[in-house]
Amino acid sequence: MVDTAAETEKTETEIVAPKKIKLKVNDLKISYADETALSGVSLDVYENEIFGIIGPANAGKTSFLKTLNLMNTFDSNMKVEGNIFFNDRNIHQLKNVYALRSRIGVVFPLPVGLPLTIYENVALSPRLRGISDKVALDIIVERCLTRAALWDEVKDRLDSLGSLLSGGQQQRLTIARALSQEPEVLILDEFSIAVDPVTTMRIEDVLKELKNEMTIILVTNLVQQARRLADRTAFFLEGQCIEIGDTEALFNGQVQDSRTTDYIEGRFG
Amino acid sequence: MSLNQISVDSQFAETQLNVKNKKIQGLYKTLFLMMTLLLILPVLVILGTLIIKGGSMISIDFLFTDPVNGMTEGGIFPALLGTIWLVTLALLISVPLGIAAAIYLSEYAADNWFTRIINLAIINLAGVPSIVHALFGVGAFVIFFGFGTSILAASLTLAIMTLPVVIVSTRESLQAVPQAFREACWNMGATRWQTIRRVVLPNAVSGILTGVILEVSRTTGETAPIMFTGAAFFLPFLPQGVFDQTMALSLHLFVVSTQVPNVPDALPYAVALVLIAMVLIMNSISIAFRMHLRGKKKW
Repeated sequence: MVDTAAETEKTETEIVAPKKIKLKVNDLKISYADETALSGVSLDVYENEIFGIIGPANAGKTSFLKTLNLMNTFDSNMKVEGNIFFNDRNIHQLKNVYALRSRIGVVFPLPVGLPLTIYENVALSPRLRGISDKVALDIIVERCLTRAALWDEVKDRLDSLGSLLSGGQQQRLTIARALSQEPEVLILDEFSIAVDPVTTMRIEDVLKELKNEMTIILVTNLVQQARRLADRTAFFLEGQCIEIGDTEALFNGQVQDSRTTDYIEGRFG
Repeated sequence: MSLNQISVDSQFAETQLNVKNKKIQGLYKTLFLMMTLLLILPVLVILGTLIIKGGSMISIDFLFTDPVNGMTEGGIFPALLGTIWLVTLALLISVPLGIAAAIYLSEYAADNWFTRIINLAIINLAGVPSIVHALFGVGAFVIFFGFGTSILAASLTLAIMTLPVVIVSTRESLQAVPQAFREACWNMGATRWQTIRRVVLPNAVSGILTGVILEVSRTTGETAPIMFTGAAFFLPFLPQGVFDQTMALSLHLFVVSTQVPNVPDALPYAVALVLIAMVLIMNSISIAFRMHLRGKKKW
């Protein structure tokens, strides 16, 4: 309990530090069989920022995310070229991909409550890391559920199935589960698709707080969501990263490519 | 208001087409119901006949004494015990093997020519007639491995024969677990095995058990595969180990029905009744266990 108090204090004082590159992507190309999903994307994601990615369907956003934690290794159709550096380490040369994945939390478009109890959904990742002490797990579960704004709703029924919660609750459970990995990077892929507006706003508030502790990559189909949350935003279109810029600047029309403004203002996509 | 009412009424009025569709729908429903009832009929007739004709012979004595007087009198204890031996051993061999193979095929194997050949082989294995399995068992286990005609050879033959059932049903129940669950686990940094153990297997258990139920039923009744590999016509002693021969219910039924003169009419029916009751009891236990595991809807 002392822990949580200390944490809140930490989030209140903004840490201003020189921007450190968390993820560096160099000329990343992705293709499926004969189809190109991403044709040469380079970008940097800084530590403790919310990095938004917007763009219409089929722009290669989800494929891009998959390569960041090497989930592409599960898909034999997916060919990846180029380099990705996580904390200055080339992830394609890492020996322990599991350690990489555990440092990157992922939240999918559709909530995935695992068919385990609510408690076990959140305790699973710590258990995989070898934590089996009940007290330690209890603390982690309560902290993660609290930070995902779900604790109050489920604290009396931690033993019921996570997969039977409502959509919005399941998505917060997914976020709690991602947080239980103690990730350095949190990836959210169109998290609000199956979530009601009120829950969406609650999750957005959570993300603003989490930014102080981790790097967040937010792929969204709602350009206004990117505007509300992202420090910088990248615009993906047809497998290319058209431009990256300060979110406010992009939304104020300071763009290099007119297509960005067209998309932001809803003229296509 | 009235004009509005009329148009609404006419919207929901029954046209001739509606009436016709309803009739057809009713007809098909009845047809399918009849077919379903037809399915139950043979089961009822078989059970009924067995109970009426053989029920009177069933007693504790019948179950737990040896056959005497050229198998025309006495009980069926050695055959009952033999069947339990054979089925248990066959299960012990085929269930772990089948589940392991199914996990590999469902969770690890890439979709390539090698996997496809294995899948094809499994389907073909399921289609091989049991007498062919029996001959294979004689060649492989009785002669080549030198187990002789024994419980071990017979159980191995039964295990090989039922393996495809276990593999196919296990693989199907594993694949019924949504892929999203696996991906969520992998994303957390779980290995494939951790994912299988913590999420996939626990949610596939009830389906896997169904496969085992099927196997138990099939194994209990099989006659051909054990005839040449380990089951005996008549034995004056009980098996002492897996290298002994044994009597078995299914073969005993065949023997008393066709091979032995002067058998009382009720005896074959009684043996058949015991055989069916064994299958039903094992099935009910498994089904109850399965219902207990499944509990309620998980997702």
